[in-house]
Amino acid sequence: MVACRAIGILSRFSAFRILRSRGYICRNFTGSSALLTRTHINYGVKGDVAVVRINSPNSKVNTLSKELHSEFSEVMNEIWASDQIRSAVLISSKPGCFIAGADINMLAACKTLQEVTQLSQEAQRIVEKLEKSTKPIVAAINGSCLGGGLEVAISCQYRIATKDRKTVLGTPEVLLGALPGAGGTQRLPKMVGVPAALDMMLTGRSIRADRAKKMGLVDQLVEPLGPGLKPPEERTIEYLEEVAITFAKGLADKKISPKRDKGLVETYAMTIPFVRQQVYKKVEEKVRKQTKGLYPAPLKIIDVVKTGIEQGSDAGYLCESQKFGELVMTKESKALMGLYHGQVLCKKNKFGAPQKDVKHLAILGAGLMGAGIAQVSVDKGLKTILKDATLTALDRGQQQVFKGLNDKVKKKALTSFERDSIFSNLTGQLDYQGFEKADMVIEAVFEDLSLKHRVLKEVEAVIPDHCIFASNTSALPISEIAAVSKRPEKVIGMHYFSPVDKMQLLEIITTEKTSKDTSASAVAVGLKQGKVIIVVKDGPGFYTTRCLAPMMSEVIRILQEGVDPKKLDSLTTSFGFPVGAATLVDEVGVDVAKHVAEDLGKVFGERFGGGNPELLTQMVSKGFLGRKSGKGFYIYQEGVKRKDLNSDMDSILASLKLPPKSEVSSDEDIQFRLVTRFVNEAVMCLQEGILATPAEGDIGAVFGLGFPPCLGGPFRFVDLYGAQKIVDRLKKYEAAYGKQFTPCQLLADHANSPNKKFYQ
Amino acid sequence: MTILTYPFKNLPTASKWALRFSIRPLSCSSQLRAAPAVQTKTKKTLAKPNIRNVVVVDGVRTPFLLSGTSYKDLMPHDLARAALTGLLHRTSVPKEVVDYIIFGTVIQEVKTSNVAREAALGAGFSDKTPAHTVTMACISANQAMTTGVGLIASGQCDVIVAGGVELMSDVPIRHSRKMRKLMLDLNKAKSMGQRLSLISKFRFNFLAPELPAVSEFSTSETMGHSADRLAAAFAVSRLEQDEYALRSHSLAKKAQDEGLLSDVVPFKVPDTVTKDNGIRPSSLEQMAKLKPAFIKPYGTVTAANSSFLTDGASAMLIMAEEKALAMGYKPKAYLRDFMYVSQDPKDQLLLGPTYATPKVLEKAGLTMNDIDAFEFHEAFSGQILANFKAMDSDWFAENYMGRKTKVGLPPLEKFNNWGGSLSLGHPFGATGCRLVMAAANRLRKEGGQYGLVAACAAGGQGHAMIVEAYPK
Repeated sequence: MVACRAIGILSRFSAFRILRSRGYICRNFTGSSALLTRTHINYGVKGDVAVVRINSPNSKVNTLSKELHSEFSEVMNEIWASDQIRSAVLISSKPGCFIAGADINMLAACKTLQEVTQLSQEAQRIVEKLEKSTKPIVAAINGSCLGGGLEVAISCQYRIATKDRKTVLGTPEVLLGALPGAGGTQRLPKMVGVPAALDMMLTGRSIRADRAKKMGLVDQLVEPLGPGLKPPEERTIEYLEEVAITFAKGLADKKISPKRDKGLVETYAMTIPFVRQQVYKKVEEKVRKQTKGLYPAPLKIIDVVKTGIEQGSDAGYLCESQKFGELVMTKESKALMGLYHGQVLCKKNKFGAPQKDVKHLAILGAGLMGAGIAQVSVDKGLKTILKDATLTALDRGQQQVFKGLNDKVKKKALTSFERDSIFSNLTGQLDYQGFEKADMVIEAVFEDLSLKHRVLKEVEAVIPDHCIFASNTSALPISEIAAVSKRPEKVIGMHYFSPVDKMQLLEIITTEKTSKDTSASAVAVGLKQGKVIIVVKDGPGFYTTRCLAPMMSEVIRILQEGVDPKKLDSLTTSFGFPVGAATLVDEVGVDVAKHVAEDLGKVFGERFGGGNPELLTQMVSKGFLGRKSGKGFYIYQEGVKRKDLNSDMDSILASLKLPPKSEVSSDEDIQFRLVTRFVNEAVMCLQEGILATPAEGDIGAVFGLGFPPCLGGPFRFVDLYGAQKIVDRLKKYEAAYGKQFTPCQLLADHANSPNKKFYQ
Repeated sequence: MTILTYPFKNLPTASKWALRFSIRPLSCSSQLRAAPAVQTKTKKTLAKPNIRNVVVVDGVRTPFLLSGTSYKDLMPHDLARAALTGLLHRTSVPKEVVDYIIFGTVIQEVKTSNVAREAALGAGFSDKTPAHTVTMACISANQAMTTGVGLIASGQCDVIVAGGVELMSDVPIRHSRKMRKLMLDLNKAKSMGQRLSLISKFRFNFLAPELPAVSEFSTSETMGHSADRLAAAFAVSRLEQDEYALRSHSLAKKAQDEGLLSDVVPFKVPDTVTKDNGIRPSSLEQMAKLKPAFIKPYGTVTAANSSFLTDGASAMLIMAEEKALAMGYKPKAYLRDFMYVSQDPKDQLLLGPTYATPKVLEKAGLTMNDIDAFEFHEAFSGQILANFKAMDSDWFAENYMGRKTKVGLPPLEKFNNWGGSLSLGHPFGATGCRLVMAAANRLRKEGGQYGLVAACAAGGQGHAMIVEAYPK
């Protein structure tokens, strides 16, 4: 059945915030005969309204599992058969979750396409029964209503949702490479119109309750309640149930009509076949452009919607279940579901709860990173000091935080009052006042070891004993930074990615001396900041920078061989990277890239060779630092979206030109030269113990470096693509270029024994 | 010596109080000694050592009218002036003895932002008497009174006039910010060219007016909406709310008919208004027909169980006890301990009385049982009933108020017996004085010693004050 309870990939999703679970779920029911035998669902009758309460045991969320399905069917049959009952309310007993979607493991357990299709068809039958119910059913939605949950809700006759931030509706299946498989592709367009339905299904975006009301996705809103005679969450659910019952009665008495007014577009324009064709065409074009053909799900979704509208519901449902089966079986879907699992894993603190909660945070350096870290901290209620050496830098940093918050106000995600109150958590200063209260200091000063040593010593003189010193560095080994510390067990690396408020990844680096409690604290802070966290061992470049560096070296080589930066960008994006390789260098900053290349080049020698770092040196000397200086491989102008090549680069590139080797210079070879070096280095990190698990490696690569999500990360890629094929490629390039392409031992092992997989 | 004449209630704090009594200032002991003979109940009084006693000599108010009725063409200072002249007539206080005048108001008329001063000048008070205006939403008049109490208790003043005014018939509706900016820039423009270029920036949407906010600034939620959610949080039913509103209107009607609302002074507009015009006892059936006013279509707060927009003003004469006695007045009441509280403006916006009541009682060393007259501000039936439920809940007291036990429920037979804001009306800035005068007059009429005044206000704030009957 339907879709999946989650989401992966795309960063805007935060629907799966850890839900608070409270133990108050048990209530007294009036007349449920089979109360004791059911574990997922029970129902009581209030007057002539049946109240069906969903509550999956031992879980923070309700998922549509096989057990829930069968219990639900049983209960509904009882309700339909009862003379006493005239209407029903469907509600969850869990605060913060209506139904979060289908059980993803149930899908993963399917071996064949037919099995998946069958699951979809079963789900379709159940929701069809709901839709055709003669007794009106009201879905009372509090918390996440996603995927299959939404498909259940939209097959009910009426929907009431709490206007809570936790209440989000959406069809995130596309983010897992699938489509809504329980009739969602057929019902949603009828309910909210084709354009809005396609938008929901193709982006997987979560829709807040008030927006859902405007779209016609829900019929009524209920405001969440404050404290009364019970905890607010509990009373809110009760109140939602009370309101839903009055509406259920009203519907049964025909005092309330479930009909909705459709907009002009739906009523008139979309009835014209020509207009509909134009809409499909337009959307398809857009999808092709954005997915570059790498993701099969979006096109199939359009296809299924089209089938339903043009050929009728029966054809639509059939098409939906078949395409659902096909999609779930694709490599892309497996990769995306793998990322989902990885993400869940990286949202946990494997070190347990820290001894002391970090409440006061201090950040050194108000640059892009420092201010970004401040922004994601203050809005989670951390009292944050932002310190810099100069007023100008500090002002810029504080303004960055304010702008970040204010943009949320413009998007109506915050009120201006909330913005002000959040912003008051930030203190900007030039001195070390108040550091005696800090529980954690994160330094984000310039990447220079002696500077980092200086601030570490300065800070240690003013902070309390329990305070943790975290360094935000992308390449400097933490143990070298910690060398001057009086208390190295309190020193840890926290590598954020820019822009901090958008990038979900946080790479935490522990040295041999870092204590477990320090790690627990750092992870706890990161989780609070909403990050997906990988914990890696210390070493040059840690994990992320180390994987990126050989790929960047190859980028330089490819450019030296005369490939146009634009062409290179298009080759990388068409492979699935969100940002082209040349653009990435500009975004990261040419000086930073040079710094990293030199540092790591010294340590790793020829394995990081290939491109000539002289290219970067010359660019830096001419001031081509990338986006921040306005020029890099491209020219950047304020307010101009179009990027032109920087023609001044021609002479630099010409002076370093190397002849291309024709046997390894096809478009595909160029793509694989980049990717295989990345993958080879990632596997090496696992081999050397820098990485603890392949899952963390995949999450780090996808969320931090933009490794193509459709490939699921370097390790998943090896599993799905085949280690042997990758090793073959590496050997071919090794023959042409040398040792930088030598496959590492672990990768060779996997190639030699085909049963070896990173994910069993 | 006073100890001997006062039989004490057997309170645990009695000894402490005894100590305080023994060192009471001598100036008022003569009055107090006479008191037990006439008072129906005999309790300790709440005087404090070394702090001056503050008394209410008397207080008046204009009739409270539904906005848009007889007062609709007036300005706020007209109503305030009427309350002040009414007070002058009622008390015959010589204008020159008034040290200071303080008024409360909420929606300010921009022309008379210090409405206290404009009204005082017009009412013929001495132009040597300073006046200022305070604002604290629905407890603005309370703030005016307690500011006065503070000035007297600290010895800064002897005679204060405190009051409040609200005229909801007319509210300042502004041009939009864009339009205002354009107009201000035009003012500064020097050449015709500058003016023309500014005018060219004009867009029609600049003309959309800006109404005074009816919603909380911090949460953007209107008060009625919050009241509806509060009622739902405490599971107060529509019927309960309608019943309470009906009670308020019935009691107000009775009080009006029996002439108990003696604080009302007539107002001539040109036709003389003598009575509050919002009292409309209806039937539960009639009230049940109304649609919800805020949370549509299923909410429980309606026009019939909410207080209505009201025009009105109130004023009262507050003095140091010895000054009042020296001038030959028979004061009506003492103003005793008071307390301001504030809490979450979103979910506990209207729970001020619940929080303020136990605190002020503790401060005064009293219990709920000691109170003979409760005067609570009725913003909404649902708000009053939610406060009742909160005060009656151990769970709420433990989890939100940091108390071990519940506050306790005020007995309904002592509660707002002469009607309340739901029926008499609620001119935001003026209600506080009405509550105190109602408590004082009820204590005189019904014979009790202590009155408790409590109110909630926008911003999640609240107020409570103990009013002690002046011995007859």
